[in-house]
Amino acid sequence: MMSQSLTMLPDLVLAAMLIGLAWAALSSDDLRRGVVLFIAFGLLLAIVWARLHAPDLALAEAAIGAGLSGALLLVALRDEAGGKETAGRVSQVSRWMVDLFALIMACLIGWVLWLTMYAEPAERLAQLANSMLEHSGVSNPVTAVLLNYRAYDTLLELVVVLTAVLGVLVVGRERRGYRQAGPVFCGLVHWLVPLLIVTAGYLLWVGAHAPGGAFQAGATLAAAGIVLRLAGNDAAGLLDGMLLRWSLVAGIGLFLLVGLGVTINGGLFLQYPEAWSGSLILVIESAATASIAAALVLAYRGGRPDGWLSVADYDNNREVSR
Amino acid sequence: MIDLLALILVFSGIAFFFFGAIGLLRLPDLHSRLHALTKADNLGLGLVIVGVALLHGSPLAALKLLLIWLLVLLGSAASAHLISQYALRRRRQ
Amino acid sequence: MTQVLLYALTGAVLFMLGVRAALLRDTVLPRLLALNVSGAGVFLIFVSLAYRGDSLPTDPVPHALVLTGLVVAVSATALALALNRRLREMDNE
Repeated sequence: MMSQSLTMLPDLVLAAMLIGLAWAALSSDDLRRGVVLFIAFGLLLAIVWARLHAPDLALAEAAIGAGLSGALLLVALRDEAGGKETAGRVSQVSRWMVDLFALIMACLIGWVLWLTMYAEPAERLAQLANSMLEHSGVSNPVTAVLLNYRAYDTLLELVVVLTAVLGVLVVGRERRGYRQAGPVFCGLVHWLVPLLIVTAGYLLWVGAHAPGGAFQAGATLAAAGIVLRLAGNDAAGLLDGMLLRWSLVAGIGLFLLVGLGVTINGGLFLQYPEAWSGSLILVIESAATASIAAALVLAYRGGRPDGWLSVADYDNNREVSR
Repeated sequence: MIDLLALILVFSGIAFFFFGAIGLLRLPDLHSRLHALTKADNLGLGLVIVGVALLHGSPLAALKLLLIWLLVLLGSAASAHLISQYALRRRRQ
Repeated sequence: MTQVLLYALTGAVLFMLGVRAALLRDTVLPRLLALNVSGAGVFLIFVSLAYRGDSLPTDPVPHALVLTGLVVAVSATALALALNRRLREMDNE
């Protein structure tokens, strides 16, 4: 009993800190403070993932949940600075309604938890996933699920990311860049960016048999882009024009090509032949890494690059040429 | 014997973190807080890392840990510089 | 098993906190922050259910779902921020 409560101690501390940080981030009236607390919350969550034996998630959370979301929210604060907030008071009745709603949701979640943990001795997919691992072409089970068993999901998820970034591109122009950074920050960038690129390549490669993969690699590459933009490189290290468009769709394109190729050779869509699956997965993941990184960096830039025309510009040009 | 040494190193590192945190909470202005934080954390993390490397024992792991420490040093030095520069610039305005 | 329960309940509390704040705050950025926190709560519930003690291998399926979920969450946040910025620009025009 004593030893068990001792091993639980770090978990209790982590859980309490997570809830405390979330509470502080959400109840803070100062937005900047809230965002910084949210970044700390993300980093703590990465430790929790590691604790729950989910190293893939810990990597992704540190890069995406804490890093990129934090960077996006912080740069959005800069936009807010000009406008004024209209802080309307919420009535007492709606407060009660919201609390009641939250309580009902809590009961529902509790019921679901109870169902999954006790009522149904669940026939878990885990056993199936782990037993088929040797046929999947990779030995990291998470990568096997993402790019072999449930490749459809991942393909459509890349479509979601592309759709979101197309939305960002349609809605507005990119933010103004930053001025050239001072010598200290430039020195950091000289070390950090090559290191991030090498790390991304390593994560992509190692994803086949250890924690890592396209999402973590893409996020790390995107972080390199964001650091570059902060140092005064307005393009954030992205290519320009047609090449940028191609890199945005490379992941989906290659995914579809592989799927079609397999279908033509008599298989089902995205059901790779076993001998090829390892290399096909690596090829798809490499393209997906480039696409994810390009999409995330464009999202950070906040809109269309300066040279790109919007639909309205296009219409205007046509009017003029008539 | 090595284990004992490693534990002493790790715990003295934790003490540095602890005093750094106290400094962050108690010192009056931004620059002295930064001073407390960066000094304490850099040395604290260094001690923890040397301790952990001793506990682990393999040279490859020690190399990785050393790399982590160097990266944190680089990052914290640069970010402390940026934060204090920003604060200075704001004060002049 | 107790660890699973602890983290699942923590996830539920985070979800609740997020939903409550998302409904009660009246500006966009705090709401987005709140939605991200409640998303993290859902992820925590998933991953805690995938964990089955130190001896058994964890369930990779929820891990893969949460991994894609993280990327979708950040792209949705980016889109929401872009829409918010455009709305602000239109207000100023």
